[in-house]
Amino acid sequence: MDAVILQILNGLDKGSAYALIALGLTLIFGTLGVVNFAHGALFMLGAFCAVTLSKIFTISYETIDPVRKDFLGNPLKVETPYIFDWFGPDVGTAMIEWSVPLAILFSIPIMILVGLSMERGLIKYFYKRPHADQILVTFGLAIVLQEIIKYFYGANPIPTPAPPALTGSADFGVLLGFDAGSIIYPYWRLVYFVFAAVIIGGVFAFLRYTTFGMVVRAGMADRETVGLLGINIDKRFTIMFALAACVAGLAGVMYTPINSPNYHMGMDFLVLSFVVVVVGGMGSLEGAVAAGFLLGVLESFASMGEIVSLLPGINQIIIYLVAIIILLTRPRGLMGRKGVMEE
Amino acid sequence: MLGLNSKDKTLFLIVLALTMFAPFLLNPFPEGSELAQFNAGYPDLMQRFVIFGIFAIGFNILFGLTGYLSFGHAAFLGVGSYAGVWMLKLLTMNVVPAIIVSVIFAGLFSAVVGYISLRRSGIYFSILTLAFAQMSFALAYSVLTPITNGETGLQLALNDPRILDFDAADGSLPATNFFGIEMRDGFELALGPWLFTFNFGYYLCAIIMLIAFYISIRIFRSPFGLMLRAVKTNQQRLRFTGKNPKPHTLAAFIISGMYAGLAGGLMVAMDPLAGAERMQWTASGEVVLMTILGGAGTLIGPVLGAGVIKYFENIFSKINDNVLYNWFSFLPDGMQDAFVFMIHPFIGKGWHLTLGIMFMLVVIFLPGGVVEGGQRLRQLFSRRGGSDSAGGASSAKAHPAE
Repeated sequence: MDAVILQILNGLDKGSAYALIALGLTLIFGTLGVVNFAHGALFMLGAFCAVTLSKIFTISYETIDPVRKDFLGNPLKVETPYIFDWFGPDVGTAMIEWSVPLAILFSIPIMILVGLSMERGLIKYFYKRPHADQILVTFGLAIVLQEIIKYFYGANPIPTPAPPALTGSADFGVLLGFDAGSIIYPYWRLVYFVFAAVIIGGVFAFLRYTTFGMVVRAGMADRETVGLLGINIDKRFTIMFALAACVAGLAGVMYTPINSPNYHMGMDFLVLSFVVVVVGGMGSLEGAVAAGFLLGVLESFASMGEIVSLLPGINQIIIYLVAIIILLTRPRGLMGRKGVMEE
Repeated sequence: MLGLNSKDKTLFLIVLALTMFAPFLLNPFPEGSELAQFNAGYPDLMQRFVIFGIFAIGFNILFGLTGYLSFGHAAFLGVGSYAGVWMLKLLTMNVVPAIIVSVIFAGLFSAVVGYISLRRSGIYFSILTLAFAQMSFALAYSVLTPITNGETGLQLALNDPRILDFDAADGSLPATNFFGIEMRDGFELALGPWLFTFNFGYYLCAIIMLIAFYISIRIFRSPFGLMLRAVKTNQQRLRFTGKNPKPHTLAAFIISGMYAGLAGGLMVAMDPLAGAERMQWTASGEVVLMTILGGAGTLIGPVLGAGVIKYFENIFSKINDNVLYNWFSFLPDGMQDAFVFMIHPFIGKGWHLTLGIMFMLVVIFLPGGVVEGGQRLRQLFSRRGGSDSAGGASSAKAHPAE
């Protein structure tokens, strides 16, 4: 039993990332009808927002300490980050340590800007083109974005630690009445899951309880009629694109302590997220989220020692296998709406 | 000749001439000159031109004709490579069985994948093929290690059985051959400052590519090809006429899978080594790039696309800052630095950036690829010649990228 709970918990953090990316993909597909292969790149951009912020925080100047000497006897050079001067050393240290959560604030305007310019500058011209063209142009864009990041940050993963207060692990074993040490789960993954849940809840609440969200949902159902009512639906859809980019970016920001970001992390996630979207049902937001968590948990179950020894290699292919089975038996996906891209 | 009409015959003869004289054409700059680094006439690169040409021609039979965008074609190339290396290990160093077996295996594998994937279309088809390819990639890396040798890659060993080869090994690995002619052999021809390399392996690949190209012309012009075009244009209407599009599409899928297998087989025939990264989805993406860049649905497009991408990959990535400084040495110092600084991200390791930008521009402005670009240029010039422009433009629209 404790092993099962552990695997579910393990699956949740990856599942959260899948769900967040798939949610954004579905938002874009449901509103604009565009298949966005650059969504993984947006996730990666978010992760590099966190890297950038922590780099900005640690920009420092050099002073020579007249008292202390280094091991060669020369005067010791001391690096002082500028934020120490501005906010005092205590606040400065805290800011550096908490740079990943702070990057959420930093990344929101950036991702919105990226989303808006991407939609207005490129995607707009591809509404009427076939899906194959949309896939190809966004695929090209993804290559360009990731090469730009590679140029500035290099090809190696950049470790970006979580705040020290959250780096430890929680022992759920005791909490749930099992042996101590049987379920050990890092705090940060828990944070990630809660964060993802809040974002997903926020997006759903936004769509359900605001007038803006209502108009967007109406537009998703019947774009033309909403347009005929005198509502500028294109503008709202553009904003939704920016929102989707923002969701992907935030997913990336918070993912950095779990996996050190590198320039091709987006592509790795993109392939899986597409599978998630298809399993959940193209155009269904609930389906995307459910399928994200489901596949994340399934993947972590498949990598249990017992199962791997029974079916070697299953942990590598389980997601694709599930996708193939679902696509063939239930083409609409788990929760797909009738008539949305069935053929 | 050979059942081709005069236009196709010209095209075929052009390709024939290009491939046969490639060692001359790709080495236009004398040895040791400033521009010698732009020469592409060395065997390794020339072989890659034609091998990826075959791959792209095959991909084009599926994507160009039926419009089904497969994102998993590299899996067939990978299967072909593994089958080819195993033939070299078990049977003989003669490349003929290796190539034949790799085509057969890729064909079988693509029949399975195609049968399942083609039950869906559009983006679902892309995702299904992608899922299959990623699955084969993951399996080749992990569970199938006894067959694929995992991360190290499958390669020849001294104690391989090679039951048809009788000559005792003298302690070194034998070379792949075609009935005794070794693939790596060749001869060099020095004409003044120019040095041309003729390589048997290249010519074998080139001849096979010509055959593949010929077959693809025949497919394009056959009733079967017409049927595939009908699948792309309007499947529903095709069904209304009482035809079932599925067998035709599946046949196209298998044919293009076999082309990929042929490319994989040739790859190991030239260099007997097969690794799982050949099956990764980025490799599938590459052949998509080649086909689109050259012009999907055209005969010559994929070959051009493969050539352009492989040329850039090899030549662009070799240019470094020193070379740039040499080029701009005529400029004043500050401007020289500025120019080098501006171009730096696009060369060397950054050539993928150039590729991505090029690809995006092609998809946005020239959906027909290089071939459409050529046609537009020709139209521009013929319009200047005084013929009626409206007629020319509309007739070109009626036959997009033919």
